[in-house]
Amino acid sequence: MNSPALFNYTLRLADSSLVLAQRLCEWTSVGPFLEEDLALTNIALDIFGRARHLYEYAARLENKGRSEDDLAFLRNDRDYLNCLICEQPNGDYAQTMIRQAMVDCFDLYYYTELAKSKDETLAGIAAKSIKEITYHKRHSFSWVMRFGNGTDESHTRAQNALNELWRFTGEWFERTEDEDNLVNQSIAVDVTAIHPKWEKEITELFMQANLSIPSKVFMQTGGRKGLHTEHLAYLLLEMQALPRMLPNAKW
Amino acid sequence: MSDSQGPLWEVFVQKKAGQPFVHCGNLHAFDKEMALQNARDLYTRRGEGMSIWVVPTNAIVASSPEDQGPFFEPSNDKVFRHPTFYPMPDVIKHM
Repeated sequence: MNSPALFNYTLRLADSSLVLAQRLCEWTSVGPFLEEDLALTNIALDIFGRARHLYEYAARLENKGRSEDDLAFLRNDRDYLNCLICEQPNGDYAQTMIRQAMVDCFDLYYYTELAKSKDETLAGIAAKSIKEITYHKRHSFSWVMRFGNGTDESHTRAQNALNELWRFTGEWFERTEDEDNLVNQSIAVDVTAIHPKWEKEITELFMQANLSIPSKVFMQTGGRKGLHTEHLAYLLLEMQALPRMLPNAKW
Repeated sequence: MSDSQGPLWEVFVQKKAGQPFVHCGNLHAFDKEMALQNARDLYTRRGEGMSIWVVPTNAIVASSPEDQGPFFEPSNDKVFRHPTFYPMPDVIKHM
């Protein structure tokens, strides 16, 4: 099975993983304390690893001579198809952990389903990711509980983060025509099926953390069409500076 | 035993089932779950273990250097406590 739709689908998953990992790495060396710095960097490396496998597969699917590195480093923000939530700034640690908890919860459902895909490569990459994401989720969920039930200040910061980020969660559950075909062939994940499960679990987490999900929020969209928030271009600028200045540079 | 990075915890890792938990270092954490997760990230990243204990450092009761004489020297001249006065069965490998 080889189609532009499958290439696009794989590229989208790769972009979301890469952009999120790049964001998380911004905490490296400036984490709240040494142990947590290492923990988050570890998590970012897991996600970079997943991005790499996905880009490698996307490059093979496209079969136009572009390498995984070309896909990662030589495309502009309008060509990136990642979810908007992945590119949102880290803010304070509460904001990073609120974002991460929502992403981990989504990713665990998503990759668990993708592991059943008829596409063996995607299924293989997904199966490898499940254990990693299970751990990431344990880590981010426990931080949300700590912030939400901690001091007045930590609670306020976590609530502000949730108010800021909730509007980027609707995009996950949209479906495009391209994707419908892949879903019908049991290749892509049917996001409408995991929506209620995700919402139930994340709502329970926030309830236990004494946080309230903002109501009447207008959900943002555009990532999969390459329409991003202003933050992505700066992230790519930093990430791509070296390969663009010194093409084919080697370690 | 506390600073801005939280209290200290001691980490013990078990390499294989049935083997003793071996002390391998310490870390900072603010609660039990964080201590366990940090221990996983700091001490088992390269497949060092399959089970972890974390213990608050201040929960450990330790002998002090001054105790060495009264604690340990009296056993030095009691060779009869060592199992050297009867043959060991061949199947016992670690004694």
